[in-house]
Amino acid sequence: MIQAFAFYLFASILVAAATLTVFARNPVHSVLWLILSFFNAAGLFVILGAEFIAMLLVIVYVGAVAVLFLFVVMMLDVDFARMRAGFARYLPFGALLGVVLVAELVLAMGAWSAGAIALDARAAPTPAAVPNIQALGTVLYTRYLFIFEAAGFVLLVAMIGAIVLTNRQRRDLKKQDTARQIARRPEDAVRNVVNQPVGEGVTL
Amino acid sequence: MLRDLQLVAPELILCFGALGLLMVAAFVGDRSLRLVNWLSVALLGAAGLVLLGPAGNGGDAYLGLYRADLFASFAKVLIFGASAVAILAANDWFTRDGTHRPEYPILVLLAAAGSGIMVSASDLLTLYVGVELQSLAAYVLASFQRRDDRSVEAGLKYFVLGALASGILLYGISLLYGFTGTTLFDGISRALAGPEGISTGELFGLVFVFAGLAFKIAAVPFHMWTPDVYEGAPTPVTTLFATAQKVSAMALLVRVAIEAMGPAADGWRQIVIFSALASTILGGVAGVGQANIKRLLAYSSINNVGFALIGLVPGTREGVSSVLFYLAVYVAMTLGAFLCVMRMRDLDGRPVETIGSLSGLSRTQPGLALALLFFMLSLAGFPPFLGLWPKLLVFQAAVNEGYVALAAVGIVTSVIAAYYYLKIVKTMYFDEPAGAYEPGRRTATGVVIVAAALFVSPLGYLLIGPLQQASLNAASSLL
Amino acid sequence: MTEWFQGTLGYGFGWFVATLILILMIALPLMLSVAMIIYADRKIWAAMALRRGPNVVGPFGLLQSFADGLKVYLKETIIPSSANRGLFILAPILTFTVALIGWAVIPFGPKMVLADINVGLLYLLAVSSLSVYGVIIAGWASNSKYPFYSALRAAAQMVSYEVSVGFVLISVILWAGTFNLSGIIEAQRGHIFGFINGFGLNPLLFPMAVIFLISSMAETARAPFDLTEAESELVAGFQTEYSSMSFALFWLGEYGNVLLMCALNATLFWGGWLPPLDWGPLYAVPGIVWLFAKIFGFFFIFSWVKATVPRYRYDQLMRLGWKIFLPISLFWVFLVSGYLMVTRYGAFS
Repeated sequence: MIQAFAFYLFASILVAAATLTVFARNPVHSVLWLILSFFNAAGLFVILGAEFIAMLLVIVYVGAVAVLFLFVVMMLDVDFARMRAGFARYLPFGALLGVVLVAELVLAMGAWSAGAIALDARAAPTPAAVPNIQALGTVLYTRYLFIFEAAGFVLLVAMIGAIVLTNRQRRDLKKQDTARQIARRPEDAVRNVVNQPVGEGVTL
Repeated sequence: MLRDLQLVAPELILCFGALGLLMVAAFVGDRSLRLVNWLSVALLGAAGLVLLGPAGNGGDAYLGLYRADLFASFAKVLIFGASAVAILAANDWFTRDGTHRPEYPILVLLAAAGSGIMVSASDLLTLYVGVELQSLAAYVLASFQRRDDRSVEAGLKYFVLGALASGILLYGISLLYGFTGTTLFDGISRALAGPEGISTGELFGLVFVFAGLAFKIAAVPFHMWTPDVYEGAPTPVTTLFATAQKVSAMALLVRVAIEAMGPAADGWRQIVIFSALASTILGGVAGVGQANIKRLLAYSSINNVGFALIGLVPGTREGVSSVLFYLAVYVAMTLGAFLCVMRMRDLDGRPVETIGSLSGLSRTQPGLALALLFFMLSLAGFPPFLGLWPKLLVFQAAVNEGYVALAAVGIVTSVIAAYYYLKIVKTMYFDEPAGAYEPGRRTATGVVIVAAALFVSPLGYLLIGPLQQASLNAASSLL
Repeated sequence: MTEWFQGTLGYGFGWFVATLILILMIALPLMLSVAMIIYADRKIWAAMALRRGPNVVGPFGLLQSFADGLKVYLKETIIPSSANRGLFILAPILTFTVALIGWAVIPFGPKMVLADINVGLLYLLAVSSLSVYGVIIAGWASNSKYPFYSALRAAAQMVSYEVSVGFVLISVILWAGTFNLSGIIEAQRGHIFGFINGFGLNPLLFPMAVIFLISSMAETARAPFDLTEAESELVAGFQTEYSSMSFALFWLGEYGNVLLMCALNATLFWGGWLPPLDWGPLYAVPGIVWLFAKIFGFFFIFSWVKATVPRYRYDQLMRLGWKIFLPISLFWVFLVSGYLMVTRYGAFS
């Protein structure tokens, strides 16, 4: 009973939030609705027994990606009236995409109910009674080690790319060199002046 | 474990070498440029050399995720060679514009590693990761001259369309996984060969995977990014796109078609035939009106991909070997042509790219003009040049399996395409000299131009025997 | 207790009532301790500045926080006319709620935990990553420039420090072999020489404990990292436009978060509810007392730092997070995992 209640709660909020993401007039509201829908999707994952993925969804998408997203959207000055002007023009294309998606969903569901999907033949079936973090870790670091490491290199390339394309060496800036500041001793900067007659000043 | 590492040795060398060079570049700074350049070339050479060991033809690694066979090795030799040339060529090119940075050779190394993973992939996941590794590096390389608007535009365009293609590819992969229950090529092949034939879902997956890969090889109807990206990207990068990356994507497509979807050949054959015909026709016709030589070479590459695809249509050992032979010759011709384009600079040292500015090149720079003549005639498939031979092989493979009409259309379009190659020759040899050219400079790439020109000249016929044997051996590891 | 309620009220409803009661059993004492901890904060701060601190309301000024609460409650809630009304009200509620829900997985003693889930630590990481939204939304919804600056600072700061916090947590998880907080505490029993409880004194984990302590100050935007409400630059940061109860909720949420971070420090590195030594008689004292003592100890450190360390400049804050903590903690993950590979999982043998 509780599971069913929780499912309907999460699912209905998810659908509502996703709808409002599309229809919200203010882009910041859109992002916030999107965050709410991420959150409810995480709830659905928990009900499915995939608690690790649920937590990752919240940590990665809600905690990092959406924050940066919000960051950017808040600073943009988006004129929504102008953006909506092209709505009618793109409507046929959007409708076409929607029809394609629906058709594929029907296809997938039809195949599912026909029993054609050979999930039993999976390369790495999940053993029962193993927490899914452990199951995922075992598969990632043994069976799919090669792909996992290669994926790491994909991320490295993305990082190098971001730096290559955006980093500028600016020479007109003064930078703080903490090590030099700390290494500076009183003797380097302060001179003790003794026996100096009053009113004559000192030479620096 | 150790065996697996031996089998993936080329990619290991490239990836860890790139990491090491990254450290050198980070700590030494831009002064390390020459060192990093030459070390990168050395790493590519080392990666090629280990192919002589178990990495060349050692079988499966990582439980079938990665396959080191002769087919992959053939493609890898081409890829590593072309990447090394792209690094050497860039040295002169970027240094003169003051935009050279050590990240360029490093990104080329990582792209080469991605290409290596692609051609050795025997699992859909390995395939996807390899494609992404190569493509991400390519997006960055395309906009490497970030102060040049065209370069930035090329990078952005390539990125947006490439991401779309990756999405399509991934969608196809997920459908195939869903309906066959495995991502291994062997497993997919077994599932497709099952008694009930190919289901609708599997067919959808197959179509999407082919569409995604067609984008990567720039075959019609997924070619639209090619002219803009080839024109906008810095010329050394365009060279890399047109050679190393095209070879890797093409080899990947062949492997997926034969190894994973061999039993579904009737499903993909129509796609490949359509794509081959459309590519040869469009590449031949649309290139005619081009005024920019890089755009023209882009259409030429579309045209050539069409010819190579004709070799894939029969799906036989002979056909696959003709595709590999075609790619080898194509790489030599394209490398040479682009290296010649890179040498075109006006007196102020600015690069020129219009075909009109080639006027009278035979009188101002006879050597360069002669080399370009060789490459153009070879690309056009004129009799004494080597470019004719792979075309013959491809058509022969098609005719032997009864695809006579296909071969006939191919021959017609190659005649159309010959028009624009000949137009360049005419401009160089029969027009009045347009503007003064900067005198030729001695660079490392000069040697490559001479070598490529000799290879495509009738002298190259001496190499046909060994090359054909190698491509046949490589093809027999698939079939 | 859950079983008893389920026995008398039926399975589903009994579970619901029992959980509700348990939540109240955590939330109400927490509110009380937040009130008292604010008093303690002010007293410690005053003592270090050679002042008396609150000493008028009640004996020794103990009721000061309640007097403040009453005052704030009786004030008028002002919502700026150009503010985004819904979000403006949502922000403090969100901050306050997020500060409360993290406590669900903190064990107060053996078996004394509301939700003993096996991804407890990830849950805490998720919750702490949510806490940034209260600040961002408040800053944006106020429609005023200082709060907005504050929101941007908060977003960058919290995201930056979360990275190294994540790496610190990974090294703890590696050592404990579980994400479950009760399991992490159990793994610390007799960790050093068989009789000292706690990862913190392990030479390989001590640097992580220090980084975690400093990062938790940055995560909660406490001094010296309180750039989000730097009064000399941003008036009061994201709270500038807030008044009355909405302001009080921020206040409560902030201290609730600080307490949560103190509890985490105690749980992850210093044995949680375990006594400091693995010695029989010490277990006679209930675990919850040990935990509270440790939490208060860490809170004292927080106050001490607040009273003595000057505020960081923003670029210094970012430098510390990205250029010092991130490389060190990343390297330490390597070190810890390599050590465990050799000693525990027998690599090279």
